[in-house]
Amino acid sequence: MTDFADSPETDGAELYRASARQLIWWRFRKHRLAVVSLVFLVFAYLVAIFAEFIAPYQPGSIEKLQTFVQPQVVRVWHDGGFHAPFVYELKRTRDPETARVRYVEDREKPLPVRFFVRGERYEFWGLWESDLHLFGIEHRKQKLNLLGTDSLGRDLFSRLVYGARVTLSAGLVGVIFAFVLGLFFGSISGYYGGWLDASIQRLMEFIRSIPTIPLWMGLAAALPIEWDPLFVYVLITLILALIGWTHLARVVRGRFLSLREEDYVMAARLAGASEYRIVTKHMLPAMTSYIIAAMTLAVPEMILGETALSFLGLGLRPPVVSWGVLLQDAQNLRSISLAPWLLTPGVAVVCVVLAFNFLGDGLRDAADPYGQ
Amino acid sequence: MLHFVVRRVLWAIPVLVVVSFISFVIIQLPPGDYVTAMVAEMRNNGEFVTAVQEEEIRTALGLNDPLLVQYVRWISAILLHGDFGQSFHWNAPVADLIWGRLGITLILSTLSLVFTWLIAIPVGVYSAQRQYSFLDYLFTVFGFLGKGIPDFLLALVLMWVGFAWLNMDVGGLMSPQYEGQPLSVAKALNVLGHIWIPVVVLATGGAAGLIRVMRANMLDELGKPYVETAYAQGLSERQVVWGYPVRVALNPFISTVGWALPALFSGDVITAVVLNLPTTGPLLLQSLKMQDMYLAGGFILILSVFTVIGTLLSDILLAWSDPRIRYA
Amino acid sequence: MSNPTLPPMPSERLLDLRDVQVGFATRDGRVAAVNSVTYHVDRGEVLGIVGESGSGKSVTVRAIMRLLAKNAVEGAGGSIRFNPDGDRELLLSAEHKNSRLMREIRGGRIGMIFQEPMTALSPVHTVGTQIMRTVMLHRKCGRTEARARAVELLGKVQLPNPEEMVDRYPHQMSGGMRQRAMIALALCCDPVLLIADEPTTALDVTTEAQILDLLKSLQDELGMAIIFITHNFGVVADIADRVAVMYLGRIVETGSVDDIFYAPKHPYTQALLQSIPRLGQARVRRLKTIRGSVPDPYNVPKGCPFHTRCDFADAALCGTELPPRKAFAGDQSALCHFAGELREAGQ
Repeated sequence: MTDFADSPETDGAELYRASARQLIWWRFRKHRLAVVSLVFLVFAYLVAIFAEFIAPYQPGSIEKLQTFVQPQVVRVWHDGGFHAPFVYELKRTRDPETARVRYVEDREKPLPVRFFVRGERYEFWGLWESDLHLFGIEHRKQKLNLLGTDSLGRDLFSRLVYGARVTLSAGLVGVIFAFVLGLFFGSISGYYGGWLDASIQRLMEFIRSIPTIPLWMGLAAALPIEWDPLFVYVLITLILALIGWTHLARVVRGRFLSLREEDYVMAARLAGASEYRIVTKHMLPAMTSYIIAAMTLAVPEMILGETALSFLGLGLRPPVVSWGVLLQDAQNLRSISLAPWLLTPGVAVVCVVLAFNFLGDGLRDAADPYGQ
Repeated sequence: MLHFVVRRVLWAIPVLVVVSFISFVIIQLPPGDYVTAMVAEMRNNGEFVTAVQEEEIRTALGLNDPLLVQYVRWISAILLHGDFGQSFHWNAPVADLIWGRLGITLILSTLSLVFTWLIAIPVGVYSAQRQYSFLDYLFTVFGFLGKGIPDFLLALVLMWVGFAWLNMDVGGLMSPQYEGQPLSVAKALNVLGHIWIPVVVLATGGAAGLIRVMRANMLDELGKPYVETAYAQGLSERQVVWGYPVRVALNPFISTVGWALPALFSGDVITAVVLNLPTTGPLLLQSLKMQDMYLAGGFILILSVFTVIGTLLSDILLAWSDPRIRYA
Repeated sequence: MSNPTLPPMPSERLLDLRDVQVGFATRDGRVAAVNSVTYHVDRGEVLGIVGESGSGKSVTVRAIMRLLAKNAVEGAGGSIRFNPDGDRELLLSAEHKNSRLMREIRGGRIGMIFQEPMTALSPVHTVGTQIMRTVMLHRKCGRTEARARAVELLGKVQLPNPEEMVDRYPHQMSGGMRQRAMIALALCCDPVLLIADEPTTALDVTTEAQILDLLKSLQDELGMAIIFITHNFGVVADIADRVAVMYLGRIVETGSVDDIFYAPKHPYTQALLQSIPRLGQARVRRLKTIRGSVPDPYNVPKGCPFHTRCDFADAALCGTELPPRKAFAGDQSALCHFAGELREAGQ
């Protein structure tokens, strides 16, 4: 009970009355990093869900005269006084020495950043049409490029937001596939044992022993280029899951094996509970938290896998926008040195992967009834 | 021990057969084959190829035979003559292509493996011994970052830093003027100047994960009663830590030796692509993209065989280091 | 090295503890584990220390060995003195965990046996290797000599085929055999003091008896002193010359084994003795128990630590004032306001 001494509502009696779920939540809340990660991830997924609304532009809209624009700085100080957020207008010039295009801020012309502006038309999830965007600037030629633009003048911030939808969902969908496979094989293996267990074990050992990247590559390369991007997306997540399920299966099997030996399961059996009741009422509740933690830790693997495959040109391909696809633009040294902001999708990948790792660690610790 | 080794070796044989067949099937998976790609390219270049001509090329290459026949032909040529077939794309024997790049791949991967261990083991041990110290927190942060940053991103950033701020020519394993030159002191020095980026990238990625593993294992082991026994024998802290718990905590490392072998061969594909290294990885990627069947198949086969052998090796090593497994 | 403020130890005295205090700094504040513990061990004598889990028995001996956990805090007033050869007093309480002196003493002059023979030996080294390392360390001898010593020791602890056992791994042995190997390891440099921390708790009763017999015969043969820690009064009666009873970090009663068993002065000792079934005892309906349970170490009761569970406690006195140590004939003493005034147990 001393573990909870610093949570306000856990004075003795509260603690004894708390349900298992509440205990897990209390323990989880003590992992500051995990809580921050959770908030961050919820935010990231909200952005991905409302991508059309949040992104000021469509991911594919090209602006030939605005290529490789550096990230614009949103300012509040102009002409000796505070203003509502604004950016300066950009003037396109050429460097006289290198003949490279440069964009220079025109300090005389502030362009206010407005919220809930009308802009490019889009279909929200293909359900209804709208042209309302969270923010933007009202100007015929100028655009607001928070993270700069790429070689075709497309707004990187908008593409990052749209890419989030693909990359973040690929992680979840992949984990769900892996979860179905893992739960199925893991529970068969752990519950029945015997030769079935042995052969599933061998299969898992085999899959685990193959280096993942070449295997992913081999399978991903098998997908024909001309297929529908959405279909390719599903298949890519399936491929990721085909390798990822072994880890979940191992967790499930391990839990089943150890729970089967637990005294309380034996007690339930002696009390005459049916097999079905034992599995659903006694064993599964003891496993869910572990499975959720293991799943959370599996998501970043999937996201990294998708990013790596798309980066190599074996996964998703343009015009689909994912973070891996965006990073393809940053593949060679020339474009990075010219436009280092093209690496921002990489920063997004790192943040999301770390957040999932912290969240998963926090959940795992919180789910362990004997943990600190 | 001998009994254990023999049993393991015998178990590896059927696995090898299955593995070789699976590698062959994987390369057959894509709809269309090399001829489809070649014909498409010829048509793009304005040449006129009829469907009949396309079929003829296929028959000539033996691509119309049943899968099993093609497999047997392929595997027996490899086993009997060491002939991995012909790369359609490079128009050269697969074996030459692969072995030609293997030397540099092995050097690079071995170096990075050694560095990984040299970093991960002492740091992991230190972190566990001085849990919650400043350096432990620092290494923890490093470990998490290493886990979160994909290798290729690290390679990109290091390359950019080297290029933009340190004015180095990065990418590749030597400056262009040494390409194809005979080995000389200047060339060797040039290679050394280039090789550190891939080594750092590969070692950082690997070490970050292994530090966490080593630290967690050491924390487990340091809490066990036999450590107190060792202290009670009058051994110094260094003697105790390195003589007892480290020995036990190293076991997971030993089991990674098995994975290191195929990784040595494939290198880190993505890092190699980014850094434009003349290793086997980019060749594998290209062969997969081009559906250059025999080249890709040869690669996957060699990789898988290395994996099986590697697993075998690490099992034996593990049994040698941990008596509990040996006598199980 | 002797401390000028302490009276010199008598020549027969091997180990002397005075006012030893150990606490642990935890997240929820400091917990006192050992509170001014004072006891001594003479050459060649067996001291039994009895107490429940958490009474501070193990922490005290770890303070002697200087093997306390990192978060342990020691009281400044305590002293631990050790006189291995009868000619020099060593102030162990001033030594650091890893000091050269302590490393020489540990394994060389003081041997230690632990509770869990299963996990107290390294799983990846043979029993012989573990013994040889210690022998080579303290005797500065070569491998062959150390190996011969290991075989000799394994024979001495009555393991069958010592030549063969020397190359065995712990997991290839039974619990009793492992504990014998553990004893061999502790005795490998002929220590003058052997600390046995619940050496038989993890063993079954038959094996326990064998190990006790072995320890007794080894003590007869080698003449070392033993501190024997246990929670089992029966074991103490079997092996000890003197007994110290610990409760919540304090020694509540100490005396010769006969005095403690036949004339216990502290209510806790009496209660403990009454809770043991004995052959030949008059039939009673139920075995006596001690009411309540050991208080949480974070909230040690004020006054006498035992007053919350004591049948004779006087709330006004026992609940507020720490009782004085009352001395009785034959080196017996008890920490109780009413020691000597109570009707004695077993009557």
